[in-house]
Amino acid sequence: MSKKDNITKGKITGIIANLVVVEADGPVQQNEICYILQEDSRLMSEVIKVMGKSAYIQAFESTRGLKVGDQVEFAGHMLEVNLGPGILSRNYDGLQNDLDRMEGLFLRRGAQTDALDHEKKWEYKPLASEGDKVSAGDWLGEVTENWLPHKIMVPFKLEGKYTIKSLAGEGQYTVDDTIAVLTDEDEREIEVTMVQQWPVKIPIKKYREKPRPFKLLETGIRTIDTLNPIGEGGTGFIPGPFGSGKTVLQHALSKQAEADMIIMAACGERANEVVEIFTEFPELEDPRTGRKLMERTTIIANTSNMPVAAREASVYTAMTIAEYYRAMGMKILLLADSTSRWAQALREMSNRMEELPGPDAYPMDLTAIISSFYSRAGYVYLNNGETGSITFIGTVSPAGGNLKEPVTEATKKAARCFYALSQDRADSKRYPAVDPIDSYSKYLEYPELEDYLKKNIDEKWPSLIQLMKDALLRGREASEQINILGDDGVPVDYHITFWKSELMDFVVLQQDAFDPIDAQTSIERQKYMLEKVIDIYHMDFTFEHFEEVNEYFKRLIDELRQMNYSEFQSDKFHQFEKELEKIIEERKA
Amino acid sequence: METQAFQKIYTRIEQITKATITLHATGVGNEEIALVHGRLAQVVKIIGDEVTLQVFGGTEGIPNNAEVIFFGRSANLKVGDELAGRFFNAYGEPIDGGPEVEGEEVEIGGPTVNPVRRLQPSEFIPTGIAGIDLNNALVTGQKIPFFADPDQPYNQVMSMVALRAQADKIILGGMGLTNDDYLFYKNVFDNAGALDRIVSFVNTTENPSVERLLVPDMCLSAAEHFAVEKNQKVLVLLTDMTLFADALSIVSNRMDQIPSKDSMPGSLYSDLAKIYEKAVQFPEGGSITIVAVTTLSGGDITHAIPDNTGYITEGQLFLRNDTDVSKVIVDPFRSLSRLKQLVIGKKTREDHPQVMNAAIRLFADASNAKTKLENGFDLTDYDERTLDFARDYSEKLLAIDVNIEVDEMLDTAWELFDKHFKRSEVSVKKDLVDKYWPNNPDSE
Repeated sequence: MSKKDNITKGKITGIIANLVVVEADGPVQQNEICYILQEDSRLMSEVIKVMGKSAYIQAFESTRGLKVGDQVEFAGHMLEVNLGPGILSRNYDGLQNDLDRMEGLFLRRGAQTDALDHEKKWEYKPLASEGDKVSAGDWLGEVTENWLPHKIMVPFKLEGKYTIKSLAGEGQYTVDDTIAVLTDEDEREIEVTMVQQWPVKIPIKKYREKPRPFKLLETGIRTIDTLNPIGEGGTGFIPGPFGSGKTVLQHALSKQAEADMIIMAACGERANEVVEIFTEFPELEDPRTGRKLMERTTIIANTSNMPVAAREASVYTAMTIAEYYRAMGMKILLLADSTSRWAQALREMSNRMEELPGPDAYPMDLTAIISSFYSRAGYVYLNNGETGSITFIGTVSPAGGNLKEPVTEATKKAARCFYALSQDRADSKRYPAVDPIDSYSKYLEYPELEDYLKKNIDEKWPSLIQLMKDALLRGREASEQINILGDDGVPVDYHITFWKSELMDFVVLQQDAFDPIDAQTSIERQKYMLEKVIDIYHMDFTFEHFEEVNEYFKRLIDELRQMNYSEFQSDKFHQFEKELEKIIEERKA
Repeated sequence: METQAFQKIYTRIEQITKATITLHATGVGNEEIALVHGRLAQVVKIIGDEVTLQVFGGTEGIPNNAEVIFFGRSANLKVGDELAGRFFNAYGEPIDGGPEVEGEEVEIGGPTVNPVRRLQPSEFIPTGIAGIDLNNALVTGQKIPFFADPDQPYNQVMSMVALRAQADKIILGGMGLTNDDYLFYKNVFDNAGALDRIVSFVNTTENPSVERLLVPDMCLSAAEHFAVEKNQKVLVLLTDMTLFADALSIVSNRMDQIPSKDSMPGSLYSDLAKIYEKAVQFPEGGSITIVAVTTLSGGDITHAIPDNTGYITEGQLFLRNDTDVSKVIVDPFRSLSRLKQLVIGKKTREDHPQVMNAAIRLFADASNAKTKLENGFDLTDYDERTLDFARDYSEKLLAIDVNIEVDEMLDTAWELFDKHFKRSEVSVKKDLVDKYWPNNPDSE
């Protein structure tokens, strides 16, 4: 990779909060990284606008004490991350500094730490052979990171075809050791190590094809998997007012989703929530592999009190790391909490640059920025025929809980699954508070996903989901009628319809994220329970009076919930099931 | 603040607005402080040699030939043990007639704690108020505001929390306090003999409003000194954060920034988060806990200030007048402490979570019964009993004048359960009922 021979330098000519104006003495590139030189530190910044010789840069750190005339050095490249073995289990800030390696209690301004461990030796084995023709993204070798096979790839920045001239044999190497020498068509040699750099704002597209998501990504959360499933490589978002359980839901996803790797971008949210992950994840076990959750997790933490400009960088850093691992053929779940804070950071900057504002003072291109970010997720066929995926789920914190605000609207256009958290459900402690009627998954409309569900779960499965959706809607209508006309102003049937939907709500939709068994439900078990519930839905019951309906269904619900709390197919489970059958027999017409 | 040698002095101001002045000056650092016509000011914008300063005391009466003296540093505070027991203004100058404080100078609004160096909050802070301790337990390192209407006695409740909380230091940040309220705090602290563990930074309504912007940073710099250097448990009280946010909007308006929702600056979330996120549990035992007040207008929590606050803080506390018992209570439905599950039943008695939930559920039943009554329906025997329970519960537990230990709160709750309900009606785990249900001969 070539370095620029002449470094462009500059001098500060203006400072408005973290927007700094610099007069440059040479060429400057949009989104180029530069450093403001201070006595004891170098403050990282990014060019966000160029006018004549003036570069407008946003400083990723506090600009306190900067003066007009201070020196600036341009780096010649955009914001890049270091990609190589050793990213798993790390806690990075938004600019990929390793937080654990920073000294002291407080984050010192301008402090930078290496993203990767340069000392550690990795057990390496080659996957290609000398003489092979390769191009960017092709797998050269492999090391084992935690337990994942981490592929060493031809650097993404290399364009065109190369021939492997030599390849290191099996053995122990550091990330900086040369593991391959490639030659290009002009016989120039390029040495390849295990580390490569990539600019975060540019998608890594070293794959052959990106089909529509057609597989189910199991999350173990029933209101998602059963009612509004997300496809592997799909996108979704979770808007909700404060206190509606956004973070609990995201944490549940990160703990249970069936993925090789979880990347969590804590973007502008509470520091104590990240601390919760730091504290719990090294202890909690991944239910699928029995390993500690932290072993498959990487955290990008830019909490609300960390520099605002780095918030934007943090989501891109997370996405780029996800793309890197996807190119190894892995299944990644990327979670960002919350994308609203990122949009607010964009707003602050746009405001300082005196751009004409769009709705609610957000920049006009907000929708485009959000869409192009969401579009980086996806399921891909790599050039070697293997597959990989990034499933992305972001939370949105709508101002005043109003879902008509610009960030929610813009995200709705980009994301294919919508999990609306409702204040009413949260208030009545119906968790997860995902509104079953307002929420949707566009993937249910994809014939390829429907085929997958039919083949892998049950031929009837898509029709059962539709039936349940209809039942929930009818239940809500019945409950509105009951509220208007009074309990005895409607036929008993209305109460039955309402309580059948309540039964689905309590048994399928509501789930205890803090109960070791109920928190995670396998697809097999979801199928079992949904069929059970749908059976009851189809049954006719006889009641004389509406008060009996309420009492009877509460008993049914209680037995079914006890089943939810018991180990699947255990004796206890079957015992509750028997009790349930007995209660059903009492009233079955 | 006295002037010193080698400071740059300018005497020509180009532009004066209500809150800012602009002049030509060189070698000035961003966020540097200066004296403008004897008033403290801070650099907020530099374009070439044109420097704009925000004058905290307002620009009334400043002539365009006024003296502008730059200090070559940002705002700071002298910290040390001598802070204890003292009252300061927003600039950190004594207002109690005492001497200047000697100590180390620290920059206010300093750096952020590395999140990986934080500890998960886990220590319970008892306040004696059952509406808080029983239903919304506070934890060291937590940040939580009272969402209160201006007519509610939030300052009284805050002072009670301050005096009863077992904290090593209490730091009061008063923003836009009326002089009466300032004297109230002063008297309460004096009478309690607690002055030696209290530090106050006060901006009253008599002071210019923009000065308020300094108060939270002053408080938190002092708090960080005690929590980091002395490993103390520090409780910071900030009242009223709505007035702080109003001052922010005044400044951003003067600087021609485009307002976002409710005329607030677009950076409101980050500005508030920078303050509240100073709440922290340090590994060495020191901690900073923030209890704030955000006054609402007409109870509207969707306004930008409470809304942004709610996204930042770890819960919120609501006060309410309970007309049935003529007392102010901590509303059990709308209040929430997000960190309570880290301590209840762990640092407090095992039955705490279940008793809390059962009592709130019964209180909710009572409120349903009340609605029934208002709509002219007949009440069942159970409804009647929930109403009786609700009155007792409000009076003996939720009222803010209650001051008892947590164990006593739990015992009281069990007694109320026994008085009004059958064991099966409270739906608490059986082994807890067996252990704690009062052994009255006539109970079931």
